[in-house]
Amino acid sequence: MLTLEHFLTVGVLLFCLGLVIALSKRNAIGVLMGIELMLNSVNLTLIAFSRFSTGPAEIAGHAFVAFVITVAAAEAAVALALAVAVYRSRQTVEVDQLDLLRS
Amino acid sequence: MDNAGVQIAFWVLSILTLVAAGGVMVSRNLLHAVLFLIVAFIGVAGFFVLLSAEFIAMAQIVIYVGAIAVLILFAIVLTPQSIRDNSETAMVGPAILLGVALTAVFLFVIHDTTWATDATDPGLSASDLGRALLSTWVLPFEIASVLLTAALVGAIMLVRSETEESEDVPDADA
Amino acid sequence: MPTLVTDHWYDFRDLSNLSRVILEGIDKVAPYELAYIVAPIIGFVAAFVIFVLPSQLFVGVYGERRIIGRMQARKGPNRVGPFGLLQPVADALKLLQKEALTPTAADKTLMWAAPVFFVAPAVLLFAVIPFGPRMVFADVPAGLIFFIAVSGLPVLAAFIAGWSSNNKYSLFGAMRIVAMSISYEVPLVLVLLCVVVFTNTMSLPGIVEFQVDSNLWLIFMQPLAFVVYFIAVSAELNRTPTDIAEAESEIVAGYLTEYSGMKWGLFYGMDIGYALAAAAFASTIFLGGWSMWGLEQWVPPWLLFIAKTHLFYFVFIWTRGTLPRLRIDQLMGFAWKFLLPLAVFNLFLVSLERLWWNESDLGGGIVFIIMAINIPASAIAVYLWARFLGYKPERIPTRPRLVREAGGYVPVEDPAAGGQ
Repeated sequence: MLTLEHFLTVGVLLFCLGLVIALSKRNAIGVLMGIELMLNSVNLTLIAFSRFSTGPAEIAGHAFVAFVITVAAAEAAVALALAVAVYRSRQTVEVDQLDLLRS
Repeated sequence: MDNAGVQIAFWVLSILTLVAAGGVMVSRNLLHAVLFLIVAFIGVAGFFVLLSAEFIAMAQIVIYVGAIAVLILFAIVLTPQSIRDNSETAMVGPAILLGVALTAVFLFVIHDTTWATDATDPGLSASDLGRALLSTWVLPFEIASVLLTAALVGAIMLVRSETEESEDVPDADA
Repeated sequence: MPTLVTDHWYDFRDLSNLSRVILEGIDKVAPYELAYIVAPIIGFVAAFVIFVLPSQLFVGVYGERRIIGRMQARKGPNRVGPFGLLQPVADALKLLQKEALTPTAADKTLMWAAPVFFVAPAVLLFAVIPFGPRMVFADVPAGLIFFIAVSGLPVLAAFIAGWSSNNKYSLFGAMRIVAMSISYEVPLVLVLLCVVVFTNTMSLPGIVEFQVDSNLWLIFMQPLAFVVYFIAVSAELNRTPTDIAEAESEIVAGYLTEYSGMKWGLFYGMDIGYALAAAAFASTIFLGGWSMWGLEQWVPPWLLFIAKTHLFYFVFIWTRGTLPRLRIDQLMGFAWKFLLPLAVFNLFLVSLERLWWNESDLGGGIVFIIMAINIPASAIAVYLWARFLGYKPERIPTRPRLVREAGGYVPVEDPAAGGQ
């Protein structure tokens, strides 16, 4: 018998893996991948809540996921454009070397 | 949700998704990491099918696998080989600590709460979602479209280099 | 559905009768779940034996070469078996015997995995195609989106193939295929959105039913959508006028440069498989699927469907045999500057018409009015937009420019002066 807890557990594990990736990766594109994983786990959680509820919450879960996917697409496009632009000016996309503002 | 096939699918998908996400973490080559990421995306799409959200699952595959992953691959190939490693910064220890702590807290909350669930299948179709997006959620929907346009223009402006300006002049024979 | 006359298993007008009888037989003697496991296998084997494999081998490999040979005034394969009909078998045997080389500097795991990733989606694509009134394996409510989603996956496999070969030309090919598919996906999805807006459904059997009910195929209602779909899909499939990802004259063989033996054979065979899937999809969406204005009562609908698919595939072969290859910048410019505005225009037009249809009380006959509006509107839109972009029609289109500027073909009078 699968319950809501099963799906939430998978969502949490995925979220925390994404968080660790986003916090620890050296490469900006790696950080972006972690963020995408986190967004995915949030989508999974929202859909799970939608599936296991009734009333207006059902459709709200689906609508939220649609918006999250839209925002994720926009975010990925801008982030990758940023990565390419940063690479052009600094010859690196490693996040810990982009420290021009450090005094 | 108590069908044997659904349960098997759940466990297979869980293992697939989490192992792929772990692969993103441990693989040293950035390109392999993206391929693991794609597997994780497909696994999450499988979960959506399991949760009877077929349209969202298709959208997940179209957008995440077909667009975002391909964009990431493109960005990786546009940057040279030497910076294609996927190693961690010195923050990896604290990050893992934070991740484990957060997992523990979340898991405690999940399993301690009594969820008021209702396992009847809502069976939402794509037209229901469309109707909701254009009635209840019409303002965020419009804002999302503006956001997409802004992101498109912004991305083009960011990667546009000054030396390519001359290409905008139309050819004489055009 | 008025098509079905009987439900007997021998009524071959609908093969689902036969499969249902088989499944019921299994269900009686075996536990409940086994029928569910056997059903996909039966569907898969039947679809492959009836449609995919013969089409791939004898239309894709043999027929395509014969037809192109005919178009280019040569013979094509004609040595193995009668009329060269066994050529595909000979090719397959040859490919199986050849060594599948892997370069030392290549990423071996990925290079091995890429053909596998390339084959798997091709099988999935045929799951949602309705071969007949009840002959659809998976009646997904969002079947159209499923098709778009799954047909985006082979691009990734091709990219992996190109990247893992660790060859300059392979990487060029991989970059090109990704750039092309991203560009052409946009007008493709937009014109399919036109279809969805117009038919009010995303399920492929639903779209076929819409065309049966209105007695008119969507190609007549939305000619512009059909043209944009055809061009965009042939670019996505890497068919020859647009096969810059494996252009032999520019980048050796593109992403397939380092592939040999059966690994290459899988790519080659599945290229045909994807083209067939796209043709089947297009005949479902635009050519009425299995319907043929009542003829499906007499001829098996699945035969009509297969015939339409191959007709569409013939157009693929035709363009391949006649049109020269385009440059990559021309193709990119064509997608963004030409196809995309036309697709947006079509979406606008079709949405207005659908709105009008919803409001009006003209009933089903309105589709003929819409057809009468859309065909000239599409032609005018294409013409005006092309003029706006600066293309001018040739004044004397029958004479190529080289002939015109060189003064035409001059037969050599003196045998001593000409020839070598």
